[in-house]
Amino acid sequence: MRAAIVVFPGSNCDRDLAVAFRAAGFRVEMVWHKDTALPKGVDIVGIPGGFSFGDYLRCGAIAANSPICAEIKTHAERGGHVLGICNGFQILTETGILPGALLRNAGLKYICRSLPLIVGSSACVYTSGYEAGQRIDIPVAHHDGNYTASNEIVMRLKDEDRVAFRYASPMNGSVDDIAGVLSSNRRVLGMMPHPERAAEEAHGGTDGRALFSGLASMFAAA
Amino acid sequence: MKARVHVMLKDGVLDPQGEAVRHALGALGFEGIRGVRQGKVIELDLADGTGEDTVREMCDKLLANTVIESYRIEML
Repeated sequence: MRAAIVVFPGSNCDRDLAVAFRAAGFRVEMVWHKDTALPKGVDIVGIPGGFSFGDYLRCGAIAANSPICAEIKTHAERGGHVLGICNGFQILTETGILPGALLRNAGLKYICRSLPLIVGSSACVYTSGYEAGQRIDIPVAHHDGNYTASNEIVMRLKDEDRVAFRYASPMNGSVDDIAGVLSSNRRVLGMMPHPERAAEEAHGGTDGRALFSGLASMFAAA
Repeated sequence: MKARVHVMLKDGVLDPQGEAVRHALGALGFEGIRGVRQGKVIELDLADGTGEDTVREMCDKLLANTVIESYRIEML
């Protein structure tokens, strides 16, 4: 099992994500944003959290136009798996791989704490280690995590069971308390909370570990 | 030649920063402020002959996120 993790100037969760993937049994290769190809045969691409390009213009906007993102788009269009966390989620919406956009938090504050999420859908490789409706504690750390999309898109996300995670209670103004969404083929997940920061005992919680171990068991079985 | 691009959140998209500015103005004693919307202005210094169509393409591809933002171009 192989994972590629993309590094942008300003990424700061890339190594944490690599540790979480490795602990679940993945071989991890780091990819630089100027690279024009993903390593051949990777099972999943991880887009980490951080402040790519200093969040200039809009969070994720400049990263979304970097050479590697054209490759990620092709990879996703071919049916490849992509996991975008926090800034990675913002980049996925900016590329158009995932619908909607992430606005400034409704309360204007940068929110940095562990909080309860509800697993919305267990019907994807990312949440196979959880039960739908399960309550898990995962840290968030963002200023622009207020998910918004047209009513039509929100309806479609709900009808198609594509809300992977919700905040257990209103938090940053996200429509329907959406914390993570899936692509229509369910192979791309973008989420604001950081499962890689709840993957070891030393983190103070391990509820994020099942995301990576679930992924590993799905890929191992494939 | 120059072009100026005005980027605003679309009508109907909540603008929490604009709201905060509205509250702050109210706290300073300014009355009757029904709403504040905060956007950004981007000035482009362009090669002569650059068309508005090219600037529009720049807006669609990078300068604005048309999911949440609208833009207006001024060719100067």
